[in-house]
Order: sequence, then structure tokens, then C-alpha cells
Amino acid sequence: MGKKILLEHINVPGIETYEVYRKTGGYASVEKALKMTPTEIVEEVKKSGLRGRGGAGFPTGMKWSFIGKNNPTHHLVCNADESEPGTFKDRYLMEKLPHLLIEGMITSSIALEAHLSYIYIRGEYMWVYRILERAINEAYANGWLGKNIKGSGFDLDLHVTCGAGAYICGEETALIESLEGKRGNPRIKPPFPAVVGLYGNPTVVNNVETIMDVPWIVMNGGEEFAKIGIGKSTGTKLISASGNIKKPGVYEIELNVPVEEFVMSDEYCGGMQTDRPLKACVPGGSSVPILPAELLFKTAKGEQRLMTYESMSDGGFATGSMIGSGGFIVYDDRQCIVRNTWNFSRFYHHESCGQCSPCREGTGWLEKVTWRLEHGFGREEDIDLLWDIQRKIEGNTICPLGDAAAWPVAAAIRHFRHEFEYHVRFPEKVKDRKHFEYEPWEKVKYLMAKQEAMAV
Amino acid sequence: MTEKLSNDDKSNSSPSGRLGGVILSDKTIARIELLKSRFPEGKKKSALLTILHEVQDENNDWLSVEAMDKVAEVLGILPIEVYEVVSFYSMYNQKPVGKYVFEFCRTSCCVTRGAEDLMDYTCKKLGVEMGEVTADGLFQVKGVECLGACGYAPMLQLGDFYQEFLTPEKMDALIEDCKAGKIQKLSAV
Repeated sequence: MGKKILLEHINVPGIETYEVYRKTGGYASVEKALKMTPTEIVEEVKKSGLRGRGGAGFPTGMKWSFIGKNNPTHHLVCNADESEPGTFKDRYLMEKLPHLLIEGMITSSIALEAHLSYIYIRGEYMWVYRILERAINEAYANGWLGKNIKGSGFDLDLHVTCGAGAYICGEETALIESLEGKRGNPRIKPPFPAVVGLYGNPTVVNNVETIMDVPWIVMNGGEEFAKIGIGKSTGTKLISASGNIKKPGVYEIELNVPVEEFVMSDEYCGGMQTDRPLKACVPGGSSVPILPAELLFKTAKGEQRLMTYESMSDGGFATGSMIGSGGFIVYDDRQCIVRNTWNFSRFYHHESCGQCSPCREGTGWLEKVTWRLEHGFGREEDIDLLWDIQRKIEGNTICPLGDAAAWPVAAAIRHFRHEFEYHVRFPEKVKDRKHFEYEPWEKVKYLMAKQEAMAV
Repeated sequence: MTEKLSNDDKSNSSPSGRLGGVILSDKTIARIELLKSRFPEGKKKSALLTILHEVQDENNDWLSVEAMDKVAEVLGILPIEVYEVVSFYSMYNQKPVGKYVFEFCRTSCCVTRGAEDLMDYTCKKLGVEMGEVTADGLFQVKGVECLGACGYAPMLQLGDFYQEFLTPEKMDALIEDCKAGKIQKLSAV
């Protein structure tokens, strides 16, 4: 069993209530933080090596140290707009441990000298919004929020507010726009939120899991946190495992577990769902490149691949991927990569805010072309067309949604070009959406070889 | 909910209540004031998204122009500022919807666990196409993007709640429960 930081008390009955949470040592980090200076807390977080758990993996301590000192009004905003396909860890955390999030928000607000902080949760998690609302009321009632917290002279107001169904609001500047009651159009950076954020004030936006790690770091010290994991991947991380595995769910891992162990061991995913073999995996949420089975457990160099930021991206996008938000989606050989790419492209087209032309138009084209390939209307040149479209989106948009739409398409073509070609050459075979369930790629690939031999 | 006023019953409108075709109970008005109090002076517009959820919940799950205008008035902003927000976010409905809307997650992870089959099953059972409302106005089937329940697939959202690990049998039972009025759509404030 690996070390548990966030889920240590998850099985304590009633842990979602204030009384039980407090009895297990809850809110102790606030008491400790109130006796520390903000700089001391930031230093501990820097020492911990904690990296943003929302997907980008940016060092949290560094992000905090950028906060504008010229304007004394700071805000901390918790990004609970979890909507990356494959990711459901934040919802689990907030449902079970609402007070840990509040504790983390208070402790982090002390470090950032923020006196008005918000949790922005996606609108679909309405029942979780209510849980947080009640938990915040409990925290106020017990003197952890409001004026002069526990006689320290520190004031903090914390509120929860919700979105209404927009993936783009997970992007920090879009989230701030949405929190201000506007459309979720990302802002041009710079200025970064740390300088001009919510209401024009310096603002830090952090993921739920990142904020929940802070109490442990304050209590045990940054160095203890850094001892867990390997290299620059410190601490534990929650992985949301889904797809064709035996035990989908949320798992807390130390950042050093081999990918093979994670998929196959009973402690985690428990192996494949049925006797159908593993075909591919998206290891960090829909935006990251898909990996074929042969590159999942081992890197291109033949080394064991680990669940760490570095190992997962070993080989760059050519033979690697990213750990991203930890949305670990496993596909067996019944799944069609072309269909899956169409599914993701439809998602990004639906979720593009429409502000930048390459993304607004490009995601639409990606969806249309992948649709026609999947439904047996594709042309040979469509594969190069897809490549061309994704290349023209990547890097040409205000926010990373454009990149996120481009990467899955690029990776699918890079690793599974043969499946796209199969869809073009054997349109009758792919008309039924379950074509690979009846005849997996391994069984039909001889058709391609036969056709090519005849052409020669 | 007895405090609800019906859309066409003008005799019953309270001074603090509806204008045009919108229903705002005293309870909701109090709730709106609470939501506004969470934001600094001059920044009350921040409460817009949350208020729209409350108003939509009280108005048969959709937002009429009157409803949006009322929200603009309550917040002291221009109606266009409300319209542009309502049209941006997928959870706000600008036209009437079925009483029970089955919003199936149709994104990749749910698809790997049979979401497409289940959507087909449900549509066939109810005799509708995706997006259509049944003739009795009771049901509507929609495909929506990832709802963050990938490990509990296939699933759907019904009102404020998720129905997870669905099977055709569970779907049958859910439909029966809806018909019998046993399904609670809103989470308690």
C-alpha cells in the first residue's frame, strides 16, 4: 500500500461532517498557519515540489510567489470546474472531504494574504455545490471563516459559486470571466491572473487537489512531501481510472508506481475488464496524446514507464504522452480509435468558446472529417487533411483548448494511421459502429496487407 | 411546491413576485439576495450564473425572455448581459424541455462502457429520437458532453443528480419511477 495523503481518512464514517473531520485532526493546519508568516508557508510549498494537479503541472509554490505585491487585495480561486473527459477525482474529493478543501482554502489564503476567496464548481455538480455550501456554513459557525479567525486578526470570506456547463471555464482566465458573471471567453495573457485576475486584482487559481495537498504540507513540512515520489514528481496524485478495466474508480498513488502495476494489480485497476487485450490508453485526460499498448508499460527506450510527470512524457509527443489531470482511460481491442477520435473532436468542437478562428473553425473541421472517416465516407487524402488542420490549430489560439483539440488527433494518426486507412479502404466493414467488437484490428489487418500486395 | 405561481394566473402575483411570464417565489427572492451578498459591492453580477440556475429551476427548467429580463432587473444589469450568458452555457434552456430530461454522457469513457447502446435503448423504449420530447411532455433524451462520472459509466444526469452504472433494467425502473412521480429532481438548499 502506498502512502495516502488525501484519502487517509476517507473511510472514517461521517468524515464529510464537521465534527468527525475535526476529530481526525482537521483544521489543525489553519491553527499552525496562523502562527506562521505568509512567506514561510509559501516556502514550505516551494520545498514540497507540489505541482498543479489540474493538468499543466506548474509548480504551485512558484505560482504563488508571482502574486502581485503592488495591489494589496488578493484572491484565491479554487478551480473545481473539473470537466476534462476521463477526470472525476475532484468530485470524489469534494463529496467525501468538503472540509479538507475548506481547510486548504483557508491555509492557502493565509499564505497568499487573500481575504476574499471563491470555489468555482461546475454547474452539473449541483449536489456537490450544496455539500460545499453546507460545509462552508459549518466552518463559519465554528469560527474558521469570517472576521478575526480564532482571534488571529486574520479575516477571510470564502464562498462557493457555480458554472453552467462549459468545459472552457476550467481554463483559469475563462473561469475568472465566468466568476464575474460573463461568458467564459479566455483572456489574452499577459497580464497573468497573478497580476490582473478576479475584479482586476492579483489572483491565484488552483485545482481542488492542489489546494487539498496544502494542509498536509503545512503540518508535515515541504521536505516530507518531497520525499514521496521520484525527482520532480513529488507527493501523491489521484488518478481517475475509467474505460475497459475491472475496477474503474479514483486511486491515490505515490508518484512512482509503474504503469503496468497500476493497470494490472488488484490494488488499483485490477486488470482488463474482460479477456479482450489492451489496445490503447489515454493516460491524462482527453487532451493528452493517446498511447498504443506497446508504448504504455515501457518507453520507446525500453525502460519501465512510471506514473510520474517525467516518465509519462518520456519521448515527447512522438512516443510519450502526459500525466495531465490524471484521467486514465483504458481501451481494449473492441474500441475503434477513429471513432474515439471523432468522439473527442466532437467534444472540443462543442466546447470551443468561438473566440479564435483556428479553434472555432478548426475543431468543426476535425469533427466533420473524423465523422466521415468513421462512418465509411472517408477519402485517402482525409488523413493528411486532418493532420494539416490540427497543425494549424496548435499554438495559434489564445488558450490551450486549441492545443487540446489538436493533440488527440495528431497522436491517433501518429500511432494508428493504419486504422484510418482501413476505414477509407474498407468502408463497408466500418459502417456498423461495433465493427472492431466483431472483428478486431488484429483479425482484419491481413485485408490491408492483401490489398497492398495486390497493388504491387 | 405550493408557493409557485402559474404562468397565466395574473391574479395571484405578489408585488415582489413575477413580472410578465416569470415566476419568482419569495423563497427564491430571498435566495437571490443571499447569493448577491457573497460578492463585493459593485460586483453583484458575479451571482448571475447561480441565480439563473435558481430561476430556471423554478420556471419549469427553462428561461423565458421575461425570466432573463427579470434577472437583469434584479441584478441591475442590461438584459443583453443576461442573454449573452444564457446562450453561452449549455445548462440553460431557452425553450421548454421535457419534465424528465435524461442527459446521457456521450463522451469516450462512457462510450467504452456502452453509453451508445443505452441511449439507443432508451430512445426506442420511449419512441423518440435524440433531443425529442415525448408526446406527453414527460421525457426527453439528450446526449451531453463529459459529466465527470467516467468511472461510474454509463450514466446520465436527471435534474441535479446523477444516475450511475446504468443497465437497461435500471433504465426501465428509472422510467417507471419518473412516471410514478417518485424521482426528486432538485437537491435541497
